[in-house]
Amino acid sequence: MASEVGQQHPLSLYFWIWGLLFVVSAASYGTDYMEAGYLRWALILIFMLVKAGYIVAIFMHLKWERWALIYALLLPPGALMVLMALMAFESDYTWLTRVVYFGEDPSPTRLPPPGAGAH
Amino acid sequence: MAQAATGHATIFQDWGSDVTTFKGVPWGKVMMWVFLLSDTFIFSSFLIGYMTVRITAAEPWPNASEVFSLTMFGVHVPLLLIAIMTFVLITSSGTMALAVNYGYRRQKKKAILFIGLTAFFGAVFVGMQIFEWSKLILVDNVRPWQNDWGAEQFGACFFMITGFHGMHVTGGVIYLIFVAILLARGRYDNTNFEIVEIAGLYWHFVDLVWVFIFAFFYLW
Repeated sequence: MASEVGQQHPLSLYFWIWGLLFVVSAASYGTDYMEAGYLRWALILIFMLVKAGYIVAIFMHLKWERWALIYALLLPPGALMVLMALMAFESDYTWLTRVVYFGEDPSPTRLPPPGAGAH
Repeated sequence: MAQAATGHATIFQDWGSDVTTFKGVPWGKVMMWVFLLSDTFIFSSFLIGYMTVRITAAEPWPNASEVFSLTMFGVHVPLLLIAIMTFVLITSSGTMALAVNYGYRRQKKKAILFIGLTAFFGAVFVGMQIFEWSKLILVDNVRPWQNDWGAEQFGACFFMITGFHGMHVTGGVIYLIFVAILLARGRYDNTNFEIVEIAGLYWHFVDLVWVFIFAFFYLW
């Protein structure tokens, strides 16, 4: 909760978070040396969310704000998650249509032409 | 507040209090948060657009790890410049957090010093981004509509997203210098120095956006 004189926290807290962000960033960079796959994608997302969480909660002091402000800031981006889901469905369909009708499939196993059987 | 309300019950009390909703928060800080929320929508829309374009691309997407690799002292390092840029931006976020802290402790000289340091690291970041863009445009011949490695949309996404972020960093550096000068002139001497935290919110947000760009554009 915000006090009358603003946000006051010990300096050591900021140094801890600062160091932590460095470590997580290094780990995040390390994923670039991994094989592409679900593990790598999961790690990229985890490190990203950890960093974002610490920046917003500690550096931007959201952790100490009142719930009224926290919810006013964290709920609206939910609409973006909906948009993301919609666009993911839509773009899968677009990709399939392009591959089927223009035949530029980058994957090793080519899709069968339309009407040639199951996808 | 008379009653020491805690927990989620404060949401209804604050919104239904018929006076200022965000209690204990200076209006400038609320306005900055509202602006940052709208900026979140802008950047997220860019990233979602990038996702859409990348999923729908029928040609292979260029491998960012290779595109942004550099050879230093004969060693081939993937994403080297981007990694350094990431660490520079985190460093600047740390110095900004210290500036906010010193501001609230009313140690004005230290606050100004650390705001200046933050602006310096921000300028370094922009400088490295200029190098990155120049190399990509002049050496690798990347254009928003064409590149040598695969899907054309790569260039459009890259210039749009990193360009918009770079503009934010540039604007942030100017803003920070402005705040530092006004602080030094004593404009905020009879306030709580919450201006430092407001400027800090903007700066941390720029760092926050970079976290997402780094994950989705460079690493994915």
